[in-house]
Amino acid sequence: MEKNRTDVTRCKGCGYCVAECPKQAISFGDHMNAKGYLTIVVDQEKCIRCGSCYRVCPDYVFEIL
Amino acid sequence: MKLKAPERVTFNKSGFCPGCGHGVAGRLIAEVAEEMGLADKLITTVDVACGSLHLEDWHFDTVMAAHGRTLVTAIGLKKVRKDNPVLAYYGDGAGYAIGMAETIHAGLRNDNVIAIVVNNAIYGMTGGQMAPTTLPGQKTTSSPYGKDAARFGKPFRIEDAYSGFDIGYLARGALVGAANINRAKKMIRKAFEKHMNNQGLCYVELLSPCPTNWNLAPLKAKDFLLDEMTKHFPLGEFKGGDAK
Ligand SMILES: Cc1ncc(C[n+]2csc(CCOP(=O)(O)OP(=O)(O)O)c2C)c(N)n1
Ligand code: SF4
Ligand code: SF4
Ligand code: SF4
Ligand SMILES: [Mg+2]
Repeated sequence: MEKNRTDVTRCKGCGYCVAECPKQAISFGDHMNAKGYLTIVVDQEKCIRCGSCYRVCPDYVFEIL
Repeated sequence: MKLKAPERVTFNKSGFCPGCGHGVAGRLIAEVAEEMGLADKLITTVDVACGSLHLEDWHFDTVMAAHGRTLVTAIGLKKVRKDNPVLAYYGDGAGYAIGMAETIHAGLRNDNVIAIVVNNAIYGMTGGQMAPTTLPGQKTTSSPYGKDAARFGKPFRIEDAYSGFDIGYLARGALVGAANINRAKKMIRKAFEKHMNNQGLCYVELLSPCPTNWNLAPLKAKDFLLDEMTKHFPLGEFKGGDAK
């Protein structure tokens, strides 16, 4: 089930979300976006919709559904 | 819980560096303005500094002021647009170096505007020179051996400068970590509410990482902010808060 929709075209690879997630549901994948940043992937199983990633992301990548 | 950033900040992508706090600040302002039903009426002023990039990435009626004159431009706008919320958005260099006179006189007069001051302890846009907020020992492009506080002074603290002034609201938050960011949003919300009650100057300083000019990866910049910056810039409410 999709809980956390991401727009990784916006991601700048800062890593704040990875450090903040209490469930270790976010990691860096192998996709590089058009800006040249390595982007994140969310494990939808592990996500508990706490919203922490949404709050810390400076580039508005996350939408919690 | 459903969470989606307001359209008025997601319609475009931002030009800020990876891990920059300005993006978080923009979203918090937009969320508060939307939640209070004020987004269409809000008038903002931005400064000739990194914060000016919001011209491209937020949808508010916005005036770009000369560097350091962001706050007085907002004060002037409020005088002719009394029914609109007016918010000045600028950095520590603008507020505490070139715009120090504006900062002090706005406090003295308790002018009726919101001020959101993004403090990254540095001149971000011009390449990371020392600011009045730079920490003792901090290396910058104009203090390559570290800031000598005996010569250039201790980091400038707005709560000390405003201690004798009766302003509407004064608080300091931080733009890293979910708990701090939630708290910063509450501060911005309080500033908006008091502003709508015409309570005078409602001022929120926000500690913000500048990974690029601190020469630190974003997560290291976050640590520097929390471990070092907060020693000189305590977080909390100083005037008009619930504590007092
Ligand atoms: C009158 C004038 N003097 C100097 C400058 C050059 N200048 C542009 S931004 C800036 C400082 C930016 O620092 P700050 O206000 O802290 O904003 P930041 O970029 O760090 O967010 C300076 C000195 C200018 N644009 N106009
Ligand atoms: S919503 Fe919470 S649990 Fe889900 S990915 Fe974001 S931080 Fe992790
Ligand atoms: S916080 Fe946002 S920009 Fe930074 S890595 Fe995570 S998704 Fe990308
Ligand atoms: S130079 Fe610093 S303040 Fe300016 S956009 Fe980059 S990180 Fe942000
Ligand atoms: Mg600055």
